[in-house]
This record gives sequence, structure tokens and C-alpha cells, in this order.
Amino acid sequence: MPEEQKVLSVSEITRQIKFSLERRFPRVWIQGEISNFKRHTSGHLYFTLKDEGAQISAVMWRSRAESLLFAVEDGMKVIARGAITVYPPRGNYQIDADQLTPVGIGELQLAFERLKQKLAAEGLFNPEHKKPIPEYPERIGIITSETGAALQDIRSVLARRFPSLEVILLPVRVQGAGAAEEIAQAIEEMDAYGRVDVLIVGRGGGSLEDLWAFNEEVVARAIFASRIPIISAVGHEIDFSIADFVADMRAPTPSAAAELVVRDRLELLEVIKNYCYTMYGSLREEIASRRERVQSLVASYSFNRPKDLVRESAQRVDELERNLTTRFSHHLQLIHERQRTLQHRLEALSPRAVLRRGYALVRKHGVLVVSARRLRAGDEASIQFHDGEVLTKVQK
Amino acid sequence: MSSKKGQKRSFEDALRRLEVIVESLEQGNASLDDAVALYEEGIQLSKECAEKLKATELRIKRLSKNVAGQFEVRESEEE
Repeated sequence: MPEEQKVLSVSEITRQIKFSLERRFPRVWIQGEISNFKRHTSGHLYFTLKDEGAQISAVMWRSRAESLLFAVEDGMKVIARGAITVYPPRGNYQIDADQLTPVGIGELQLAFERLKQKLAAEGLFNPEHKKPIPEYPERIGIITSETGAALQDIRSVLARRFPSLEVILLPVRVQGAGAAEEIAQAIEEMDAYGRVDVLIVGRGGGSLEDLWAFNEEVVARAIFASRIPIISAVGHEIDFSIADFVADMRAPTPSAAAELVVRDRLELLEVIKNYCYTMYGSLREEIASRRERVQSLVASYSFNRPKDLVRESAQRVDELERNLTTRFSHHLQLIHERQRTLQHRLEALSPRAVLRRGYALVRKHGVLVVSARRLRAGDEASIQFHDGEVLTKVQK
Repeated sequence: MSSKKGQKRSFEDALRRLEVIVESLEQGNASLDDAVALYEEGIQLSKECAEKLKATELRIKRLSKNVAGQFEVRESEEE
């Protein structure tokens, strides 16, 4: 029927165009620059996407627009995902966008900045909200993954520095869908439990996506609401997370959090030892000055008290001093010994001491080899002894 | 094992008390008898503190909620 002339109404042709266009383009991705951006009072977004040669109208309904993580502006380069639709009353077509992604800057980066600004404006990062971290906590809460490196790192630092602690772990997932909610809930539960002096919340390093849970608003709000002081310990030193800004103290890594939270016990023993010296010194001085006074009394002519009493008190001073000296040296010896045992024990834990006992470390391309299966004939491996390293080739 | 007394008092309390004693002994205002008593107490406190630093094993416990919604603290299974 090519030659047959059929007259169509405007509505009819529009209906047909609508039908074929919408069927042909149910989902497309279009990259372009935003212009004529308008946010209608209804919350819907209207704008035009254009490049050098063409332009297309675009709309984004409120329900979609609300989930955008960044503020849309004219001039912004974006990729819009959506369906091509036709609007018959105006006779035009448009993209009905359900997703907008900025090109150039990562969407996560934008979301991060947006949340940071929002929470900063609310005052969540203000210094007056920072709770002091107790100097000598006895019970430490930890919220992290049970299987992650963070827990191992924290554990080994605490064990070395101050093991007479109680550590209360509340295991959570630290990445993936739902991780943020889990972390936030764990913080609330620790707070409700209440019997820890300080709380470490964190995980080991990773990509921005891996660390994302710590940039989520629920976590930030839970940290802010906690009555227990919180140290954030997220990832590597250079990355800051939203959690870091809200926390009462920020540690660059989980190990650093453990270092911050407890003082080193060898240092503390030194402090205690110095206290003992000071007490001993002061008391000796006290006794010495008493002796002088007693002696000057004895010597004085105006002396009119029974001599026995003075002798007695002179004797008592001498006795006190003798007692003090022997007991003090005994006490000091005890503390010295404790320091020495500790030091030895800590040294024994270090790999060098183990190597000195005849063990060796095998590495392939710098990575520690812990199983014979990791090495094949012909592989090069280095063997580290306590006093040096040799390079070898595996024969079989 | 730390002494019974040492377990009741927190490390921080013991250390703070020790600091107070050291200070008052340094000032030398106390009578000789008081000074001796303070000294004795100070030595005892320093022992307690040193004792607390002796522990070698870090105890890690796990917090969970039981069916009744009450908190439970249990030894970590991998220990």
C-alpha cells in the first residue's frame, strides 16, 4: 500500500511515532552537557542535554531526583540513563532519565563532599562535641570485621603495649550492602551496653568503595550520638572518612588507634619507678631534717626534756631510715626485674629472636612463603637468617 | 595473678592516688608518721600498678544479645 494515500490525524501520527520510538529506545545512555536546568516546585527536574551538534530535552521525576548524590548544575557533563518518551501535547520527544552520573568527578566523591558539607553545617564535627579519650581505659570496645586485618593489628598492638585490658568485640561487616547499617547498629548497641571506656570503630585500608560504609550518614549519626568516646580507625593514612570527622579522635590506621588508646607499659613502669625514687628521696630528706632537729635539740642548752625521749626519737629516726633503705632497694629490684622480664618476653616475640634460634624466613619476590607448595623447581627465593640474607634457586 | 586489692581498684585510680602521694611527699608538709604511712601506701600502689602491667594475654570477648534482648559477653571462640 505504498501508493495508497492515507490521511492521518496529528494524534494518530504522534501515537505511531510514540509507539515506535518508545519501543525502539526503552533504555539508552546519553552523554551530554546540561543546560536550561530547572527544578520545578514539584521536585521534578527539567533540563536539556546537548553537545556540539544537537540537543535533547530531558526530565527526571522527583522520586528519582531525590536519590541523586550531587547537585545538578548547568554546564555539568553527565551520562543520563533512561527511556525515550514522546509527549504528544507538545509534539516533542525527551529522555525520561532515571539515573544521572557526573562525568569526570566520581559520584562517590561528590556524595562524600555533599554529606561532609551537610554534617559540617549541622555542627557534627565541632570540637565542643568531642569527648575526651580516657587516659587509662580498662575495657575497650571494638567494632570491626571479625576476619579482617584490622582486628589482628589492634590485637597485636594491645597485646604488646598493655595486655591487662578487656577487649569487647562486636563483629560487623565492614563493606558491601547493609554494612553501614550494621556498623551504626553496633555502635548503638555498644552504647546501650555501656560497659566500655572507649570504642574503636574501623577497618583496614581499601578503595573508596571498600571504605564507603564509613562515609554513610547512618554511621556518622551513630558516632555522634554515642556517649562512649569513639576513635575512628579507617583505612590508610591519607584517606579521611566522614566517620573520622565525627569521631572524638581519628586514628590513621587500626594499629595507630590501638597505640593511641593505651600507653606503653614499659614507659609506664619507668614512670612508676621514678615515682618510687621520688618518694624515697623525699622521705629520706624528711628523716634527715628530723635528725638535724633532734641533734640541735640535744646540743641546745635550753634543752629541758627528759633525755630518754630524745634518744628514743633519734633511735626511731635511725631505724626508720635503715628500714626504708633495705625495703626500698628490695622494692626497686622487684620493679627492675619486672621490666627486664617484660623486655625479654617482648624480644622473644620479635622475629629476629626466633631467627637467632636457628629458624629462617623464606621469601619469593619479597613475599613470605609459608608453605612448600608455594615454591616450584626453578623458583628463586631468598632466605633470611638473623644475620643476613642469601638468594637461592629451588631444585625440586 | 594480681592481688585481690589490685583487682578492685582500677589501674587509673591506683596511679592517680600514687601521683597524689608522690606530690605530697615532695612538698614535705606531712608529719613524719604521716609521711611514713604515705610512703608505705605509695610503695603498695606502685606494686599494684606494676602487677597490672605484668599480664601477657589479651582477653578478647564478644558482645552479643541473647533471645531476651539482654547483652551477653562471651570469650571469643578462637581463643
